[in-house]
Amino acid sequence: MGQVVLKGINKFYDGVHAVKDVNLQIRDKEFMVFVGPSGCGKTTTLRMIAGLEAISSGDISIDGNVVNQLPPMDRDIAMVFQNYALYPHMSVYDNMAFGLKMRKFGKGEIEKRVRDAADILGIGEMLKRKPRQLSGGQRQRVALGRAIVRHPRVFLFDEPLSNLDAKLRVQMRVELKKLHQRLGTTAIYVTHDQVEAMTLGDRVVVMRDGVVQQVGEPLELYHSPANKFVAGFIGSPAMNFVRVTVTEASGSLIAENSGLRIKLPVETAQRLRGHIGREITLGVRPEDLTVASSADVDNPCFDAVAEVVEQLGSEILLDMKVGDGVMVASIEPTVRVKVHDKLRIAMRSSRLHVFDAKTEAAI
Amino acid sequence: MIEGALWRKWVFFYVPMALFLLFLLFPFYWMVITSVRPDGELYRPWNSINYNPFWTWKPTLDHVRYLFEETLFSRWLWNTTFIALASTAISLVCGVFAGYALSRLSFPFAGSLGTGIFITYLVPQTLLFIPLAEIIRNYRLGDTPWSLILTYPTFLIPFCTWLMMGYFKAVPRELEECARIDGASRWQAMLYIVIPVAIPGILSAGIFAFTLSWNEFIYALVFLSSPEQKTVPVGVTSELIRGDVFFWGPLMAGALLGSIPVAVAYSFFVEHYVSGLTGSVKG
Repeated sequence: MGQVVLKGINKFYDGVHAVKDVNLQIRDKEFMVFVGPSGCGKTTTLRMIAGLEAISSGDISIDGNVVNQLPPMDRDIAMVFQNYALYPHMSVYDNMAFGLKMRKFGKGEIEKRVRDAADILGIGEMLKRKPRQLSGGQRQRVALGRAIVRHPRVFLFDEPLSNLDAKLRVQMRVELKKLHQRLGTTAIYVTHDQVEAMTLGDRVVVMRDGVVQQVGEPLELYHSPANKFVAGFIGSPAMNFVRVTVTEASGSLIAENSGLRIKLPVETAQRLRGHIGREITLGVRPEDLTVASSADVDNPCFDAVAEVVEQLGSEILLDMKVGDGVMVASIEPTVRVKVHDKLRIAMRSSRLHVFDAKTEAAI
Repeated sequence: MIEGALWRKWVFFYVPMALFLLFLLFPFYWMVITSVRPDGELYRPWNSINYNPFWTWKPTLDHVRYLFEETLFSRWLWNTTFIALASTAISLVCGVFAGYALSRLSFPFAGSLGTGIFITYLVPQTLLFIPLAEIIRNYRLGDTPWSLILTYPTFLIPFCTWLMMGYFKAVPRELEECARIDGASRWQAMLYIVIPVAIPGILSAGIFAFTLSWNEFIYALVFLSSPEQKTVPVGVTSELIRGDVFFWGPLMAGALLGSIPVAVAYSFFVEHYVSGLTGSVKG
């Protein structure tokens, strides 16, 4: 079992309110990812769950028992740190065995568990080496192994992949996912990388300035972000935002600003009835923009000028000037487009996002 | 290294290096040569025909023999070793624990306490020996090795604490946190993880403390009076300078033999010592 519940968690650091009233329920066997920009309180929350940081107010419980006062050693958790935190004076074997020795496991059991974990991670050959003789990826595996051998109720990961180079990071990400599928242990994973969050998480918690912005499955965050921050944070390249004013003309709603005038599709318009004459923020993902063709009769279109053309092979990232603003579109790699070309761009109307200009909440 | 033509290497590297070495090693050479020169050569006037202060053709071990047979030099060596080892041990134990506490535990005034400890190190011994002499007298420790073993830590502990504080700060916090999650108590995490990782630092502090107490002069001069209690630095200078007569041969032989244990201590630990200075801790 490994169910973690956070109830009204707050953290004050020297007068700074670092974590604000966090309520979360992490289910057994779930892979939960905390994501957000640096300083958003995600690592602090993780460290409070680990017991490395005192809780200012609220309750943390693991499997129904409140653990607020328990020292880290009694919480039955294992943690993987960003800088691996391998004990430099111990061999790989001793690094992995340390937690079991501290818990007074028998020699045979320790040996068996370390061998098993080493086999899973493919580091069986390196058990006698010291951490400094290992590469970054190997060290990361040892750090994982040290967590696995303990068979804890919950794994905590604090940005474990951010010290690896890009290629290795992708590889380890896949392995982590496999590992979780194999072991089925509850995992809480902190990262600032939304790609990691989207690919690894069963559910994702987006945080900003100590406040949980949204909790949900990756696609839920992608398709229906709760506010402008989540919309901009999840997805790469980031969502385009345009400030527009909603007006009514001949029965339909128009969103316009100095360089843009689009007719809003019916379903979006219904949600915006109450905002006529007011400013809103319109959000559209780069992948929902295309160069307009004759098929786009129902989709809102606008004029743009190409400023930068980034050919990635699988797609083209187009930086465009739209009125006074800038937008990015991800378009088919086969489209022929040059810098300064004038284009007609279409939005997929079903994928339009609208946010309140002041509160930034989704409408 | 210096790049470019050969002459540049000579002008900018080898020649300055040689001059520096000459400057650095000359006192040792002088010490060695003086300790093996017969008295006849040592006291020859500088303007005599065969005056040659830099070399001798008739090396002798008379001075060393004199040192061991006519003075209490072996006793002084033993005294110095005992006192230096004991005070180093006390200071290291205190310094390691204090350094750990000041760098890792958060308690009120931890910062100002650290600074305070450093300031005590700055109080000159020449000032401190006066009140200390009073204390030594009150506890009737005068003229015993304990008068030094207990007073040397007054400057060794701040020194070790300060050095260890810096070293512990360089040990990543995550190591300890990880150990505590792995099931170690704070005490076990310190014992099994932090201290083993800090061994280069502990060795550096130990060597420095040992050297400082080995060479210490003023406390030893003030607190010890009888010849058989003296340490090497004090014994040699007080027993081999009589009035205005300097017994240069035995003096230099004593200085030479006195510096050997320190040299051995250095070379023995030099590998750890150097890595202690460069900091070999990685996560």
